[in-house]
Parts: sequence; C-alpha cells; structure tokens
Amino acid sequence: MRKLALSDEVLLSIDKPARYIGGEVNSVVKDPSKVDIRFAMCFPDVYEISMSHLGLQILYDMFNRREDVYCERVFSPWVDLDKLMREKHIPLFALESQDPVKDFDFLGITLQYEMCYTNILQVLDLSGIPLHACDRTEEDPIVIGGGPCAYNPEPLAEFFDFFYIGEGETQYDRIFDLYKEHKRQGGSRLEFLEKVAELPGMYVPMFYQVDYKEDGTIAAFTPTNRHASPVITKELVMDMDSATYIQKPVVPFIKVTQDRVVLEIMRGCIRGCRFCQAGNVYRPLREHSLEYLKDYAVQMLKSTGHEEISLSSLSSSDYSQLEGLVNFLIDEFKDKGVNISLPSLRIDAFSLDVMRKVQDVKKSSLTFAPEAGSQRLRDVINKGLTEESILKGAADAFHGGWNRVKLYFMLGLPTETVEDMEGIALLSEKVAETYYDEIPKSERQGKVQVVASSSFFVPKPFTPFQWARMCTKEEFLEKAYIVKNKFKEMRNYKSLKYNWHEADLTVLEGVLARGDRRVSAVVETAYKNGALYDSWSEFFKNEIWMEAFDACGLSIDFYTTRERSLEEIFPWDFIDSGVSKAFLKREWENANREQVTPNCRQRCSACGAMKFKGGVCFENKN
Amino acid sequence: MKIRIKFAKHGTMKFIGHLDVMRYFQKAMRRADVNIRYSEGFSPHQIMSFAAPLGVGLTSNGEYMDIEVHSTGSSAEMVRRLNEVMVEGFEVLSYRRLPDGAGNAMSLVDCADYTVRFRNGYEPEDLEGFFAGLEAFYGRESIPIVKKTKKGERQLDLKPLIYQLQVLREDERPAVAMRVSTGSTDNIKPELVLETYCREIGMEITPLTFEVQREEIYAPDFVPLEALGEDIE
Repeated sequence: MRKLALSDEVLLSIDKPARYIGGEVNSVVKDPSKVDIRFAMCFPDVYEISMSHLGLQILYDMFNRREDVYCERVFSPWVDLDKLMREKHIPLFALESQDPVKDFDFLGITLQYEMCYTNILQVLDLSGIPLHACDRTEEDPIVIGGGPCAYNPEPLAEFFDFFYIGEGETQYDRIFDLYKEHKRQGGSRLEFLEKVAELPGMYVPMFYQVDYKEDGTIAAFTPTNRHASPVITKELVMDMDSATYIQKPVVPFIKVTQDRVVLEIMRGCIRGCRFCQAGNVYRPLREHSLEYLKDYAVQMLKSTGHEEISLSSLSSSDYSQLEGLVNFLIDEFKDKGVNISLPSLRIDAFSLDVMRKVQDVKKSSLTFAPEAGSQRLRDVINKGLTEESILKGAADAFHGGWNRVKLYFMLGLPTETVEDMEGIALLSEKVAETYYDEIPKSERQGKVQVVASSSFFVPKPFTPFQWARMCTKEEFLEKAYIVKNKFKEMRNYKSLKYNWHEADLTVLEGVLARGDRRVSAVVETAYKNGALYDSWSEFFKNEIWMEAFDACGLSIDFYTTRERSLEEIFPWDFIDSGVSKAFLKREWENANREQVTPNCRQRCSACGAMKFKGGVCFENKN
Repeated sequence: MKIRIKFAKHGTMKFIGHLDVMRYFQKAMRRADVNIRYSEGFSPHQIMSFAAPLGVGLTSNGEYMDIEVHSTGSSAEMVRRLNEVMVEGFEVLSYRRLPDGAGNAMSLVDCADYTVRFRNGYEPEDLEGFFAGLEAFYGRESIPIVKKTKKGERQLDLKPLIYQLQVLREDERPAVAMRVSTGSTDNIKPELVLETYCREIGMEITPLTFEVQREEIYAPDFVPLEALGEDIE
C-alpha cells in the first residue's frame, strides 16, 4: 500500500478523505530519489476547485515529461483538516509522494483570483516555509507565483521569491536547467534568483525598491540588483500547436467542478471589452489548428474515460474552425455517450443548431452576457452586443424550444447612470415579452424564465478601466436596489428573477487587484487573524479585513474610490503585457466618449501586441 | 448480454466512497473500451448496478457489479483489459456472462463474509479473553438487540442473522471471520455484532477500533455471486 501522510484516524474523521490521498488515474508516480528536481504545483483552494483548473494540468503534464523533474500537486486543506494539521503539527504534503512540501526544490503557486491570497499564506504556513521571501534559507523551496493575478503581483511581493509573468509553457525548461546547473555548482539561493532574474518574464520582487510620494502614489520603481530588468515582458506561446498539451489529464475520484475533458481551442480574444483583463493580457489571439484539436480530443477522452468534453476559450464563437470542430466532436462521440459542452458561444443560428444536437433543450438554458443594461453603456465598455441581436437570438431560441434565459450584467461600470441600471430590468422584460410575442399560447411550454444576475465591477490592471474609480459598498448596494425596484415595475415581473453578488467581497477584490506592495501587510494581518477561504461566502469575514486595514494604517478608498490621473505610476507598470499604456489610455478616452473600437479582425487598433509577431495580428497576411 | 464483474478494493482506495467507486468504474469502462450498453435519452448512462455498497474505510476481496454489453471479448481478455486501466488498490478478479433472465446482483444479495481485525494500537490487553468471550456470546440461543432504523427503533434477534462466526487465531494478526445477513431486509454490519458484544463486556470502542474487510457476497444458499455466471471463452 502507498504510504499516506495522514493516519486513518485523521482521514476517517474529515470530510472527503479522497481529497488528500492522491493515487488518481493518470497521476504521475516517480521515484523521488531518481530525479534532480522536485516541484510542488499548488492551487491555493480546495481540491475540487483546484483540480478543475486547466493550466495546472498542462504544466503538470509538461513538467513530468522531463525525466529529471517530479512535479506533484498540493492544494489547500479544507477547514476541517486545516484545524487538525495545526493541532497535530502535521506538515503540508504533496499528493503523489505524500512527502512534506518543505522538502521540495520549488513550490509553484497559481494565482487565479484575488480572494485566494490568504490561502497562499495557509499553504506556506502549513508547509513550514517562512511567509516572507527574505526570511527563507537554503533549506526552503523556491516559491514561484504565476497566473493572471501575477499581472499585478505587488500585493503578494513579500511572499514570493519570484513571479513568472505570462504563459508557463515557454521558460520552465530553462529554469529547470538553470537550477540543475546551479545545484551542481553549489550556489546560494540569492545567486539562483539573480540568474532567474535575467530570464525573460521573471520578476524577483526583492530586487526592486518602491518609493512613494507624499500622496501615497508611487514616485519611482527601481531595480536595486544589477541582474534585474526595469521592465518585465510577459511570456507567451506563439506557435500554439508546438506547445505541449495534456495527453493524460488526472481523473479525480470525487466529483470536481470540471468533471470533464477540457479542450483549449485558442488563447486570447479579439473583442476588446474594456473591463476584461483576460481579453487584454492574453493578446494576441492565437488558435490551435483543427487537426491538433481533433487529435487531443480523441486522446484525452480515451485516457480519462470522461463522459463529457468541453471547449475552452474566452469567446468560442470567434474560433475560425468552430463548425468543423463541433461537427467532428458530434460525429465522433455523440453515439458513444459522450456529452459535448459548449460554453461561451454567441447565440446565433449556428450555435442554436449545435446546441439542439448536443443538449436537452428542455433542461438547458441560454446565456447572454450583455454586461450592461443600455446600448450607451455597452458602447462605453465596448461590448459589441446589441439589443437587437439579443432579442433576435432569444426569439430564435424560443422557437427552438428553449424557455429559460440567463442574462449577465455588471453594476458600477464607469459613467453608469440610473437609466443604464434600469435598462437591466427593461432588457430582461423585453426578452420575456419576446417569448410571449413569438410563441403562440398553444405552443408554449409553460412560462418563460429570465434570470438576470449582476456582479459588481472591479477595475483591473492592464485594462482601459485601470484608471476608473470603483464604487463603495454602499453605492453598489444602492445600484442593486435601483435595479431590483425597477424589476418590480415590469409587466412580466413573475417571469423575471434578479440576483446580485456580495458587495463586501467585491470591495476587497478591488483593493487586492490594484494594490501595491504595502497591501502585503494587510493580507498577512488578515490571515493571522483568521481570514481563510475568503472566496467562500460562508468563511468570508469582512471585519477581520477591516481591522487589518486599520492595523496597517492603509485606506481602502485610496485603492478603490480614488480618482487616478493619467500620469500616475501604477504598481504594475513595470510589466509589459503587450498592450501599451498609450493604447489603454486611448481606449479609456474612447470609453468616456462612448466610442466603440472594432475587434481585431475588423481593424487593428495598434494595441501593441503585434510585436509578438503572430496570432490574429498576422491572419491572412502570410 | 449481462456480465457480472467481481473486483477487490484495497489500500488507500478504502477512502473512496461508494458513489465515487461507481463513477470510477464508469470511466474505467470507457478507458478499457468495454462495449457497454447505454440507456436511451438525452443524457444516456451506462447500464451498471452494484451488489452492495461498501462503506468508507472498509476493504474488500469480493465486490460485485453487473453491466450489460453489446459484445465482449473473452473473460480472460476483459479482465486483463480492465486491469490495465485500474489504479493501485482496485483489481478486477472475474468477468463472467450471466444466463438470460438472471436476477441482478443487488436483488440476490443474501449474506456476506467479513474479516474483522483490531486496528494496530487498538487491541485489548487480554486478546484471548476477548476472543473466548466472543465465542461464548455467539454460542447463545438468542441475542436480542435494539436496532436503530430510519423510522425509529426495532427489536431484533441478532443470532439467526449471524450465519457463522469463527476466531482465526492462527492468522498473523488474529481475526474474527463472520458470515452475516446482508441486503435490503436484514442488513447486518459486522461492526454491529462486535459493538453489541463490546457493550456487554463494558469495553469502549470507537469507529476506528476495528478494521473490516469484506471477503465475499452470496446469493441464497451460500452461492457466491460470481458462481452464477460462467467464463466466456
């Protein structure tokens, strides 16, 4: 029997012990004594969330293809085990070998959302690794951060040895080679970090100094080590088909959020929605070829035995060979009991036809993401979805047998007026009316159900809205009430439903998203006072965070509601994400003028990403 | 064509609950390319049913499921193919065809064999005294108990529901072998027998005191479930 880090006593007294035993189908078994590098790959959330993340599976597969590397997984223990591990002094372990994380060479942590930051400290703490990079010794693993939140790593700067900015496929081989060489030569931790700092995309926070002005904004951001570069350019894969993809995804025993094969069809987005960080930092759009995707779909379904495959991208309808791919999947797998799931599709004749083939119309609902309630505000955010196309899509869908519609909106967007807010209710009402207008009474399958949800807008780095003022909690809630009250006036009120998100959490997310280095202290204080699993509403304790801001002498408003000048140096300005600050400024001005910018395939807007020499920027140009 | 599959569940797999074992085998059928039958409808599922759920923490040498297939290779080939896609801890032991009209495993379950040992560190000081007392306890005419059910409490005589009880003193780690009534009507867990005895002798136990392993599941007349099928050449 494989050894386990936890005893039967512990495992049989906690919820879902299968989270902690490893041994899943396709998990990698190696002899740790026969590798040069041990890498602990961490997603700082519970197993079911962590195992649903595609990027982690890609890197796990890629790292383990190297004979000299053993990459294992480590996730946040759930609160029940967290308590036991602290009581019994059990160190955090990796799932495959069950060995303590502290014995590894690297601990790589993916940063997918801001509200997992206290869980990062939990992972370090339970592993017995000093929280601050500057306190670590030669015995401690090198702690690396990556993923979307690494585009503003500053609120976590104290806790990481270095951040990998951009897509993981490109530089890890060099990092590993460097590390092996470094170990052979017996160099120090500092020397290794200096070598890493010279690689493209690598940011070593301790090699930089930040000076602040009296008003609290940044005066200067300066390298203090000669190996560190003043600007860090993001890493990205340019030839998508040459990058390794997963052949054998790990198959969890317990049901996880993504209990299916996930096929990434492309990276990046042509749309240029002005609130969207992913749409900006993953530019330019790069597609996989159809043949490549067919091949991987077959391989992954075979190696996992999953009964469902899902396409993944920011906007699947923009994949140039979508029709060919979807038809292939239906022809190949529909009769083998494999479900095909197609998220992020624009609703049109093609997608409705496909959806009819792959899902039970009676049980499924249609999703539109207008994001804003009025055409004016949709122009501000550059969401190229018109009311006409929504109602047309809804009408087609109703004729196709659907009668449930979900609509996603944001509240608190720049320039928003009461009219824009009320537009959410009005648009929802029009969708409901479309149903009653289009479908004769005799053919209706019950009432139409329109569910509108709104989240609160958080300005993110590397978007045209990075200059935007964010609302306070009170303002957010007031906006939600305005919408809610408008819904009550609607004729088809009984067919409509309106939900809105938590406001406390959003405010905090806003601070962490655009925070600077000083915010590290708040995260640490909140963690030490009991904050954990903040993205889980049942565990989120706002008062702990409020006390932490007080204790650290930092103002929430400075990070959220403050108006930022176009000249301000942002904490993340040292990163070059491809889209230039000049482009983002132009887009911020276009937003304020309610002017729409065409998508990348219609016209190039010179965002800057063309310098990567590939993807959509060179489509049809050979 | 109906197939009965027997498998073992050992080691760390004892932490995988029954529903997840079902999910595991559904995916294993696809990996091994078993030509299994699906139900009709928009979300078809495999025709698969299990004989008797095994609790978390228990190991087993005799778990059963029935499936229906359109076509199949020989028993030897299918056992090999399934074992090629198993993880450590699961092993397929047999794959046999059931005669037409055979009842499914779940409806046939009558009793099951278990081996129960003290978990390391939980043994009483006087192990022989414990076993001798247990044998005497089993030797009684009747063992009345109150069993808690979903609807409340029920008076029950345990004795006729224990078909066999034997102490295996020669084993490397001494054990109690038990054959108890299993299934939907009188489902007796081996732990219940030992709990009843321990309560009588005033010995405190916890859910962790014993390690339980299922050895075999039987249809009426003590016919092992796999004996109802035959090997496919």
